[in-house]
Amino acid sequence: MKEIISKKVEQMQPSGIRAFFDLVLGMKDIISLGVGEPDFITPWQIREAGIYSLEEGFTSYTSNKGLYKLRLGITRYLKNRYGLLYCPDEEVLITVGVSEGMDLALRAIINPGDKILIPSPSYVSYGPITELAGGEPIYIDTKDDGFKLRPEKLKRIIDKKVKAIILNYPNNPTGISYTKKELSQINTLLLRHKLLCISDEIYGDLTYDYEHTPFSTLRNAKGHTLYLNGFSKSYAMTGWRVGYVCGPKEIIAAMTKIHQYTIMCVPITSQMAACEALQTGRMAVEEMKREYKRRREFIVDKLNALGLDCRKPQGAFYVFPSIKKTGLNSLEFAQGLLKEEKVAVVPGTAFGNQFNDYLRMSYATSFDNLKEALTRIKNFLKTIRRKK
Amino acid sequence: MDEILEVLEKDARNTAEDIAKMLKKKTQNVSAAIKKYEKDGVILKYKTIINKELVKDADTGVRALIEVNITPQKDVGFDRIAERIYSFPEVASCYLISGTYDLLLIVEGKDLHTVSRFISEKLSPMENVKGTVTHFLLKKYKEDGVILKHKEENKRIAISY
Repeated sequence: MKEIISKKVEQMQPSGIRAFFDLVLGMKDIISLGVGEPDFITPWQIREAGIYSLEEGFTSYTSNKGLYKLRLGITRYLKNRYGLLYCPDEEVLITVGVSEGMDLALRAIINPGDKILIPSPSYVSYGPITELAGGEPIYIDTKDDGFKLRPEKLKRIIDKKVKAIILNYPNNPTGISYTKKELSQINTLLLRHKLLCISDEIYGDLTYDYEHTPFSTLRNAKGHTLYLNGFSKSYAMTGWRVGYVCGPKEIIAAMTKIHQYTIMCVPITSQMAACEALQTGRMAVEEMKREYKRRREFIVDKLNALGLDCRKPQGAFYVFPSIKKTGLNSLEFAQGLLKEEKVAVVPGTAFGNQFNDYLRMSYATSFDNLKEALTRIKNFLKTIRRKK
Repeated sequence: MDEILEVLEKDARNTAEDIAKMLKKKTQNVSAAIKKYEKDGVILKYKTIINKELVKDADTGVRALIEVNITPQKDVGFDRIAERIYSFPEVASCYLISGTYDLLLIVEGKDLHTVSRFISEKLSPMENVKGTVTHFLLKKYKEDGVILKHKEENKRIAISY
């Protein structure tokens, strides 16, 4: 039946580390630093709101754009927190996580051959869904720039075919984020070349060293920015699949067209729970944030002490240490660590082929686990040295 | 609240060294702060929460919540009589509360008989104690923020983007 698969999908790069993932999933009693979601359960009052909505019989479709109450709540939240003004009627769309928002955004803007800029390492889906939409992903390697997109580099790469850039900060997998000043420099270039910024800010709430700056709050940026966010990471609601996009009404309308034919609407239970998260979830977010920050300090310090060079990320719950000194590539290291010490991490190549000297480790795990994992990594490094 | 206390309140086993790493402080400064908290009585004690229902030979005993009505005394209000009551080792907790009665006690004893005897022989006869109402505890679900059941299994898949 292989010939029946579309050429486009056939040509899509399958994740090179699928086999490794399968190996991890088949093993028991491992400590996992490979998880891309919070280790907290959704706060109870949010879960309870979901249950209550079911009891009350809210089981129908909602408006394609999402419950008005939720869109209104989101615009109020953005206004109070960032002074960011969006109209709940025309400038907000509730999506199945940021993943769907990103897919809709790309499909809504790409004509065949359009180029989309993606600073890398990047989240795994950006490239493949750009290709699916008929666009050409252009990766900008940030390895030598501390994993930050430098304006000079961006300037050199922009040409007439470039339509948009996907930013993701704090970043998955590096945790790196940008200050307002750094973002302004990028925005100046986008303005000059009339490029759209698709800004995935799902980890925005988890920024530790300075206030997070949504791209659309920059001067003159709102008109060419899509702000993507959701409830998964800040409210520990990954499985509920609720995200949202805010942006210029023409683009939101175009995205809504695709959304209404493919998804119809986000499940109503999830939307009701998200309303509750906006109303009462902030305390929990702040508490989780403090906890993550403490773990970040701990893991960065320990990894550097072990000789795995690791930048201190400004946000999210990932670190992206270099394993160059060990002489192993990322898959060898990850496989070895899994087999010998039962610790799971994600090889850097998952986020781009050139990141073969890196690993992504998530510190969204209990402090006890983190400590134990680091002890095991220490043991593993000792074994490698002995073998050499 | 000082973050050192927040970390210790969550898990008292965290060492000064680990806390120093988490909070980006010097180990000796964290140790000194903890010592001072201990000395000043801010940190009173470190203990372990045990789910005794799961311990085979645990002396689970019985617990009772006791509402106590008392007559306050001149100059010292409720404090002196409260002290006389909470000094008994049977009294695990003692609170002064608003409402229809004054003190709320949690009393522990090895069986019903022991607790009843404490109430009838020690507590009720005290002058200033006007009356008591006793509720025996049937089951503990949650105590001091800890839900008393088996550790929740990890429901996350071990690896995801």
